[in-house]
Amino acid sequence: MSTVAAALTVERACVELGGRPILREVSFQLAPGEFCGLIGSNGSGKTTLLRAILGFVRLDSGQIRLADGTTAGRLVGYVPQKIALDPGLPLRARDVVALGLDGARLGPALPSRRRAEQVEQMLHAVGAEAFADQRVGLLSGGQQQRVLVAHALVRRPRLLLLDEPLANLDVRSTAEIVALLRRLSREYGAAVLLSAHDMNPLLPAMDRIVYLAHGSAVAGKAEEVVRTEVLSELYGYHVDVVRVHGRVVVVAAEASDQIRAAVARDPVHTASVP
Amino acid sequence: MFAPFMVHAWLLATIVALVSGAIGFFVVARRAAFPAHALPLGAFPGAAAASLLGVNQLLGLAVFCALGVLVISQLQRGERREVASALWLALSLAAGVLLLSLSGVYAQSINGLLFGQVLGVSREQVVSVAVLSVGALGVLALFARPLLLDSLSGELAAAALGRTGRLEWIFLAMLALTTVIAVPVVGALLVFTLMVGPASAARAFTNRPWRALAGSVALSVASVWGAIALAYLTNWPVGLFVGLLGAACYVSGRLRSAGAVAQAG
Ligand SMILES: Nc1ncnc2c1ncn2[C@@H]1O[C@H](COP(=O)(O)OP(=O)(O)OP(=O)(O)O)[C@@H](O)[C@H]1O
Ligand SMILES: [Mg+2]
Repeated sequence: MSTVAAALTVERACVELGGRPILREVSFQLAPGEFCGLIGSNGSGKTTLLRAILGFVRLDSGQIRLADGTTAGRLVGYVPQKIALDPGLPLRARDVVALGLDGARLGPALPSRRRAEQVEQMLHAVGAEAFADQRVGLLSGGQQQRVLVAHALVRRPRLLLLDEPLANLDVRSTAEIVALLRRLSREYGAAVLLSAHDMNPLLPAMDRIVYLAHGSAVAGKAEEVVRTEVLSELYGYHVDVVRVHGRVVVVAAEASDQIRAAVARDPVHTASVP
Repeated sequence: MFAPFMVHAWLLATIVALVSGAIGFFVVARRAAFPAHALPLGAFPGAAAASLLGVNQLLGLAVFCALGVLVISQLQRGERREVASALWLALSLAAGVLLLSLSGVYAQSINGLLFGQVLGVSREQVVSVAVLSVGALGVLALFARPLLLDSLSGELAAAALGRTGRLEWIFLAMLALTTVIAVPVVGALLVFTLMVGPASAARAFTNRPWRALAGSVALSVASVWGAIALAYLTNWPVGLFVGLLGAACYVSGRLRSAGAVAQAG
């Protein structure tokens, strides 16, 4: 990584909101084409970190650098976590993707075959052709998620920031979208930073992981980071990294026995990070 | 109905309808109906102030519009656009009461300011309105895509453009310009109908954004033409028909949406 210019460098980033420290000295780097999971439980600071990278939230100290020429906007794609699309808006899914391509441009949109093809390709890539002509505000949550991923990707960003893009997806769609993002990030050389509270669907795809707990982070390869000693140090108290049925679960020590039993009973519904 | 003295009326009304229909598309897309009501109504005391000082009415409207944009854009943070608009309206109407009592403007001209004055306009007025309208439509065309993206999601627009907030400003400024153009013609109360009625109807009939925009403009023009024709035939006020036709547009849009949803499921 030292030879290749990093797509994103976060150095000792600190953010305070409403007088509370939300991010504490978060540091990590992403190389072009890397697929990185940003993992943490609710309220751990994932959204805040992504918004800080976009420049929506000011750092109190530290630095965030994008690759040369990548200013927010041009070469950064973003899918926000909460997005309520107005069902009254006369916008088809394909219009939303087209806006991803040139929504920031001035002047009226002239019809262009090249533009239409790029949009079509992207709709195909995310599997949104079937509902491409429907009003986007009336699509289901998972369908909207695909359209928004297409919106963010169609510009071929060098850095793609996705905030909980898997939250509304069923198991099969989750696997599909992860595989798609993985493939496209390699193809386009785009670094992907994807937040999720559950790391499991990302394990097969992730090159790196940034694990957030209470605003502090550890980063590295998943097998280096997702370990009992490392995460216990991050949380500041003992946690167990439990592997059951091919899934990884991080649990507070006292809860781990119960969780082990629960997972054994019902492997699908495992929740829980302290 | 097409006598020489009516030509100015037709021209002026058409220009005003074009601009109102175009900005109306964005008013509805951005859910900004209340600011679209508060700015024109809040600007009307400006005309009273102008007559008190003996200056051009348009100038008074422009100054009050600019103040309105400042107050609304500075006070609104996130969801509070409604509150900011209401506050502006309260302030400006309070000033209006005072100004009207001081200036002794005739009831007739107040009536014109509230409900419009299409007939008996001068050639100069047509020219100045045409120039302002070309400006307004030009700016809207320039920012059409970013404004649409921002209507879809402020966050997406902010991510694509670097940072927004500026788009809301541009939008409010265009709303203000539309007010200056339209208030003397259709009135502070009725310009709202012309912006919201046709735009709401148009988007119920198509899923395509630029078609909805074109539809909004077309319906808005049709409404004022219809209103002038009906007023001529019945000798009732133009404003009555502008209001009625605008409302009819809105209702037809609602019926169509309800129908579409019923069909879909
Ligand atoms: N504008 C704000 N003012 C004050 N506190 C804030 C603000 N935004 C976020 N926070 C706080 O920062 C913390 C981290 O929030 P953030 O949204 O980054 O968490 P997250 O990891 O994205 O959570 P989730 O998984 O629920 O989306 C939370 O405790 C939240 O209350
Ligand atoms: Mg979040």
